[in-house]
Amino acid sequence: MALVDHLPVLPVVVPLISAPACVLLPKGRLPWLFATLVSWATFALAATLLGVVMQEGVITYYLGGWSAPLGIVYRIDLATAIVMALVSGMAAVVFPYARASVLKEVGRDQTPAFYGAFLICLTGLIGVVATGDAFNVFVFLEISSLSTYALVAMGARQDRRALTAAFTYLVLGTIGATFFVIGLGLLYQMTGTLNMLDLHAKLAGQDNKVVRAAFAFIVTGLGLKLAMFPLHRWLPNAYTYAPSAVTAFLASTATKVAVYAMLRFLFTIVGFSAPFTEVALGLFLVLGLAGMFVASLIAVFRDDVKQMLAFSSVAQIGYMLLGISFATEAGVAAALTHVVNHALMKASLFLAVGCVYYAIGSHRLSDYRGIGRTMPFTAACFIIGGLSLIGVPLTAGFVSKFVLIEAALGATLAVPSLLIVLLIVASSLLAVAYIGRVAYEMFLADPPAGAPAVQGRAVPLGMLIPMAVVTALNVYVGVDGEGLVALCTEAAQGLLALSFGGGAF
Amino acid sequence: MLTPETALLASLILPLIGFVGIMLTDRAPNLREGITLTTAVLTFLCVLTVFVGVAGGARPEVTVLTMLPGLDVAFSVEPLGALFALIASGLWIVNSLYSIGYMRGNGEKGQTRFYMCFAIAITAALGIAYAGNLLTFFVFYEALTLSTFPLVTHKRDAKARAGGRIYLGILIGTSIGLLLPAVIWTYVLTGTTDFALGGILADAPDLRGAGPVILLGLFVFGIGKAALMPVHPWLPNAMVAPTPVSAFLHAVAVVKAGVFGVLKVSLYVFGTDYLAASGASELYMWIAAGSILLASAIAMTQDNLKARLAYSTVSQLSYVTLGAMMATSLGVIGGATQIAAHALGKMTLFMCAGAVYTAAHHSLISEMRGTGRAMPYTWIAYIIGACSIIGLPPMAGSWPKFYLMMGGLQGGHGWLIAVLIVSSLMNIVYLLTPAVRAFMDPVPTPASGHAPAAVIDEAPLFCLVPAWITAIGTVLLFFFMGDLVAFLEPLVAR
Repeated sequence: MALVDHLPVLPVVVPLISAPACVLLPKGRLPWLFATLVSWATFALAATLLGVVMQEGVITYYLGGWSAPLGIVYRIDLATAIVMALVSGMAAVVFPYARASVLKEVGRDQTPAFYGAFLICLTGLIGVVATGDAFNVFVFLEISSLSTYALVAMGARQDRRALTAAFTYLVLGTIGATFFVIGLGLLYQMTGTLNMLDLHAKLAGQDNKVVRAAFAFIVTGLGLKLAMFPLHRWLPNAYTYAPSAVTAFLASTATKVAVYAMLRFLFTIVGFSAPFTEVALGLFLVLGLAGMFVASLIAVFRDDVKQMLAFSSVAQIGYMLLGISFATEAGVAAALTHVVNHALMKASLFLAVGCVYYAIGSHRLSDYRGIGRTMPFTAACFIIGGLSLIGVPLTAGFVSKFVLIEAALGATLAVPSLLIVLLIVASSLLAVAYIGRVAYEMFLADPPAGAPAVQGRAVPLGMLIPMAVVTALNVYVGVDGEGLVALCTEAAQGLLALSFGGGAF
Repeated sequence: MLTPETALLASLILPLIGFVGIMLTDRAPNLREGITLTTAVLTFLCVLTVFVGVAGGARPEVTVLTMLPGLDVAFSVEPLGALFALIASGLWIVNSLYSIGYMRGNGEKGQTRFYMCFAIAITAALGIAYAGNLLTFFVFYEALTLSTFPLVTHKRDAKARAGGRIYLGILIGTSIGLLLPAVIWTYVLTGTTDFALGGILADAPDLRGAGPVILLGLFVFGIGKAALMPVHPWLPNAMVAPTPVSAFLHAVAVVKAGVFGVLKVSLYVFGTDYLAASGASELYMWIAAGSILLASAIAMTQDNLKARLAYSTVSQLSYVTLGAMMATSLGVIGGATQIAAHALGKMTLFMCAGAVYTAAHHSLISEMRGTGRAMPYTWIAYIIGACSIIGLPPMAGSWPKFYLMMGGLQGGHGWLIAVLIVSSLMNIVYLLTPAVRAFMDPVPTPASGHAPAAVIDEAPLFCLVPAWITAIGTVLLFFFMGDLVAFLEPLVAR
């Protein structure tokens, strides 16, 4: 087999074998350089894979040449390729950014460990997406989670609360993983297989207490991982106290990957033949709407900008769950579109927050006074990211909201569609409120007397350029969102076709 | 000669070029104001080219970009938009002259930012006027809100910030909370957001029961710039801005963009026939009538001249909404001519209020006693503007009222005549009192704490001449109203 035949597995393997090598590198700049190159290579591989899948359709790869259902299968369809390209793309943007930020926040002596953990995290996230084996999902989810706990804890040099945040995350994340693996165990007991398509075929028509329990365990476990309201307790503090680069990366990828896993279990493995899918969808609808509101409302009253954005993330996950809960092609497409767009907007916001932290050493809203004048470029990126979050036309967020609202109006639901639309819009208004608070401090409030002067060049270009790239992407998707929406719609078709159809592999 | 399409794009881009020019000439105020005026004149000429083209029957259309299939940023000009664009760009020249007098006369800070934001606001207003679909309208509508926010909070003190917060909160809140869902709902119902004369909703099968009323409500209140009660509080709060902003943006560009939007939606999204047939607009006609009277009543209680004028604007804007909601051809003509007539009249009033402030530093009507003798030209221009708003011939403001009354009869709502007449009477009370007090009241003695009248001189020429230009404009428009109505005829022709 030529190397190109192994394309489906390479985005997982490359960072996986690079990570230990990274730890062995000398302290200082070298681990960063190495990790950045690896992330770019991974992105190139994932992008190639996306191109191939767009042209040729689903790719199935048998690990070690063992055929399914005995061996582990990597099954790359369009949804997989999109999320994989997204995760590796975010890594390719955040890694260059991390250099100055990490040197300042984590320290020079920890860089090998930091970038090693960062690469492992990337491996895990891509692995969850790539695999077509249910147990493999658990393995990769834990690989990414364990490295994330360590990464969050590395924020301790800036703020000791990072340790408790990481510990809380560890406890809750492990509970989630345990629930997930219990569910998997029950499924295995019932079917004797762990291959996703095989599971789908064998589960078809089955409805008994064990399957129901398995499903409940899996939905709850994944719900914890994706910070579904009210299982989101770990997220705000973990995001707040993690190093800036880690927050930007996690906010734009980790929960998205969990959403993807949820989509897989819901539509690929269980499908609509099972009556209990309806229960889960109803749950998503209610919890999605509740999360949109409660978390946004909390965000409005936070005085720490990073924490505000973290709560906003919880709210934004509500939009994705809402799209999934419609269980229509348009709804799932909207959820996938928002997965991509939310990654873009949150990345630009958190990268901007990281730049501000680099310059003034604070996340507090009151310290943001006058940032608009002292750091106009960073402030502008923050505002564009914020507008995107609100959903103003010509930004990525508008495209998301538009397709979501369109899907809501086209879906037949227990709740009147118009009411859902108004709720979506109302929660956008809450986003106006919290982004507005930051904008107000940045542009209208006078800088406090005696505040340390911020020089224009205080933030290195290595941080500004990645931020600018992501911000520009927000505008690009907003101006020309047709391609993305078409791609996500096709991916959603693929997902739902599996859900209705048989399990041939 | 420019084609209307090129002129359309040029008129949108020119203010942006002016924006850059103003930014670069921060240090040379004379050059900076020169750039503002040149840009204004060039933009006006482009808009005039479009206007002439539209009068000749052309309908220039340009598509700039496509966001999603069926969601374009596109422009397409029809008479109503051409009229609004002409008013906005023409009065920008007048207002730029006035701004020079006012901003320098009061030694305002941050003048470069002021002129820069103005240029963006003009592009946004023209974009609204030329919008070919609801989405484009929405994009420029938001741009207008955001670009005028720094102007409203220009003074940067606590009061300006509080006013600015209400301004932004209401305008953004209504537009995202109500207008955007309305736009998307329309798109889902019809598969398009393009404006088409006669409406696009008439054939939508899914719009039943209370649907049309709710959708129209989302539009009418979502376009918060139309200041229909109860979404009007942003307008009085915007009066913390320097007077040129109040004069131009909050009597012409911003508020007219709002009522223009309401008129455009009723003509080009719903269609007057559909509105009349479904009866969707009747509720909002009542609300508009109530808004006219209530805002006039509040205006009578205001002692601050600018606040009084702001409430008067709320009342006068509802005339346009009323005309649109009548869903009759004469009502539409009344609403459209009111956009032009009120722009000239109210701008005159605001510029006079600003002139008094510049010359005598009075903003309360009770302080202005006797100033008429010191600055007669200012107050005579004020009286001309006030008479136009009241609706006395030979001032332009009399025609819209005439058409609105006829429109009311046409639609079978004779009681609207009573509303309009009562409103005119209230206008007389609250608009003419300040002028009467300025001329008739005794000049306060120095002991009462006010500056003696002897110190007060006539306002600077830069403040006075623009006010007179618009005052004369109201008289001219009275005589040329026939041409304007002929220009607007295609809107209601069947």
